Amino acid sequence: MSVLLTAVATLGAIGAGSAAILYMVGQRFKVEEDPRIQEVQDALPAANCGGCGFPGCASFASACVKAESMENLLCPVGGQNTMDKVAAILGRKAPVAAKKIAVVRCNGTCESRPRLNLYDGASSCTIASALYGGDTGCSFGCLGLGDCVDSCTFDAIHINPLTMLPEVVEDKCTACGACVKACPKDIIELRKQGPKSRRIYVSCVNKDKGGVAKKACDVACIGCSKCQQVCPFEAITIENNLAFIDDDKCRLCRKCVQVCPTKSILELNFPPRKETPPAPKEEEATVTA
Amino acid sequence: MLKTFRIGGIHPKEQKISAGKAIQTIALPGQVIIPLSQHIGAPCQPVVKKGDTVKVGTLIGKAVGFVSANIHSSVSGTVLKIDKALDASGYKRDAVYIKVEGDEWEASIDRSPALIKECILTPGEILQKIAAAGIVGMGGATFPTQVKLTPPPGAKPEILIINGVECEPWLTSDHQLMMEKVDEILVGVTIVMKALNVQKAIIGIENNKQDAIRLFSEKVKGYPLITIQPLKVQYPQGGEKQLIDALTGRQVGSGALPISVGAVVQNVGTLFAIYEAVQKNKPLIERVVTVTGKEVKQPCNVLSRVGIPINDLIDMAGGMPETTGKVVSGGPMMGKALPDTDIPVTKGTSGILLIPTLEAKRKAMKDCIRCAKCISICPMGLNPTLLMNLTEYEVWDRAEENHITDCIECGSCSYTCPADRPLLDYIRLGKGKVNGIIRARKN
Repeated sequence: MSVLLTAVATLGAIGAGSAAILYMVGQRFKVEEDPRIQEVQDALPAANCGGCGFPGCASFASACVKAESMENLLCPVGGQNTMDKVAAILGRKAPVAAKKIAVVRCNGTCESRPRLNLYDGASSCTIASALYGGDTGCSFGCLGLGDCVDSCTFDAIHINPLTMLPEVVEDKCTACGACVKACPKDIIELRKQGPKSRRIYVSCVNKDKGGVAKKACDVACIGCSKCQQVCPFEAITIENNLAFIDDDKCRLCRKCVQVCPTKSILELNFPPRKETPPAPKEEEATVTA
Repeated sequence: MLKTFRIGGIHPKEQKISAGKAIQTIALPGQVIIPLSQHIGAPCQPVVKKGDTVKVGTLIGKAVGFVSANIHSSVSGTVLKIDKALDASGYKRDAVYIKVEGDEWEASIDRSPALIKECILTPGEILQKIAAAGIVGMGGATFPTQVKLTPPPGAKPEILIINGVECEPWLTSDHQLMMEKVDEILVGVTIVMKALNVQKAIIGIENNKQDAIRLFSEKVKGYPLITIQPLKVQYPQGGEKQLIDALTGRQVGSGALPISVGAVVQNVGTLFAIYEAVQKNKPLIERVVTVTGKEVKQPCNVLSRVGIPINDLIDMAGGMPETTGKVVSGGPMMGKALPDTDIPVTKGTSGILLIPTLEAKRKAMKDCIRCAKCISICPMGLNPTLLMNLTEYEVWDRAEENHITDCIECGSCSYTCPADRPLLDYIRLGKGKVNGIIRARKN
């Protein structure tokens, strides 16, 4: 009987001693974690895509809590709704950020950009672009091997088998930027989605001189600067024989689309024009004036 | 038992159908395009402008920085323009377009065929001449030669190794050069030995070039410091580290240069160019190119000036066969498929190989069957299948731990893979990425 008692007493004493040590250690090395981090994390979409610039949703949440203001913090997947929720948890106000979307700046379809040779190596744009300029005369254009498709977590970009160019699914694209990083030719760009998804952009990244670019591709930007001259808002700049439309300045007037001689400026989701013939004349008048 | 390197290696069908074909000189075209980047390192700065008259051997591109090489005009005529031109890299790079008028050479170049054996220059002067002549490694890597001949501080070269291996199938340009220019090559060896101050040189020649081995063994009797070593036919024996291992038994460590075991390796083509530069003041403006292929009518070895379009060389070999599916610059193992045949010959073009469509087609990739053939043949002792997977999943730290940067891109793994996996394509990509990460870490 006494053996039993001794055993219980000894074990009890060891247990109580350990509990006391654990309690002391627990108090001494307690990590104060802001409970709001967990709350913010719960409000995020948990896609862990890295589109915000942080390794995952958890680190974005802690960055949000630590940050002084909500400037430069945006979860592209959740968008404005999520950021408003996050701001409410933190008792701040989220800045209104324009929703962005990925655009593919190459329109070199099989008709407009004839294939000059055949690539049958490993099916990866990065590998192909390390080997040579591509299977067409344009060494800047899309290779069509789908690194962007592989990189997309949201199934929002697909290669069109007819044009061999990637196409963005507007409803699914979250502007996380994974495809922008994956593309070795830097063709994909994040642009403002625009009101009613209407947007205008130069669908070309060819920096060759006009003649060389045109020879390689019918719809290449030749850097003629007609669009720059016609733009009433100074939204267009030309650098290295290539036009670029600043989406902050562009007011979607579509004048540049009409003057582009190679049709390399694309307009998306606009209603059809009412009367096309007189419009170019007006623009010519503004150019000369 | 013939010597060879100790790990891995393969033996593809040799196919040296152009062997023994005397070197023919190709006629000058109406216009040449001379790329300003024909070497590893910084591209040259053009020193001519539109409308300038140049002679054969006039400097047109000046080396920028330490790792770079001068570029000279290979023809006489007028500079048409300096513009982008497609080169063997598959991208448009700056190049000098020259309209060919006559064939007038710079007066300083000695064009007589007489052999000049004596070299009274000091090592420093020899290096200066080599640098001025824009000589690069002619085996294909095109590394500037004067850099290779300038050992880093503290390193002492002990032995000069001459690469007469030509382990790539199909190619015979080095072989034919050895047969026709044996005396000049041997003088070139003595010049480099003097520049490096070494007392020993070994010429390694693969056993499939019996005539060259006999000829060199005969001629080398006048040079007590030079020996000839026949080698077993094994690819990639022309790799620096493999050749040093085969000839001396010394192994160069991971990431180290050949000089760490006291060796300097030079190709026979480079030695001939060095002879011409030092003894004849002739810059590197032409090279021997093998034009060959299964259905080529007249496979041949052509002495071509730099800048002549590859099309002209193909015409010289009887024209492009209709069945051609791929034109490769270099050999079948390490060569580069060309996107266009107007690309000019450069200092590194060792061969033009025309492959019929059926053979050129790459087979679809299948799943790895874990046979480990790639591991057993890798001459660097790497694990290619692992490196490919690590690259595919972008695990760069593990790729670095597994020595991806030691890959010499010989292509033996892709060649041997029964599942037709593009091992080298991925490893090359991963190697580039990891090298970039290492550079970024150092800065």
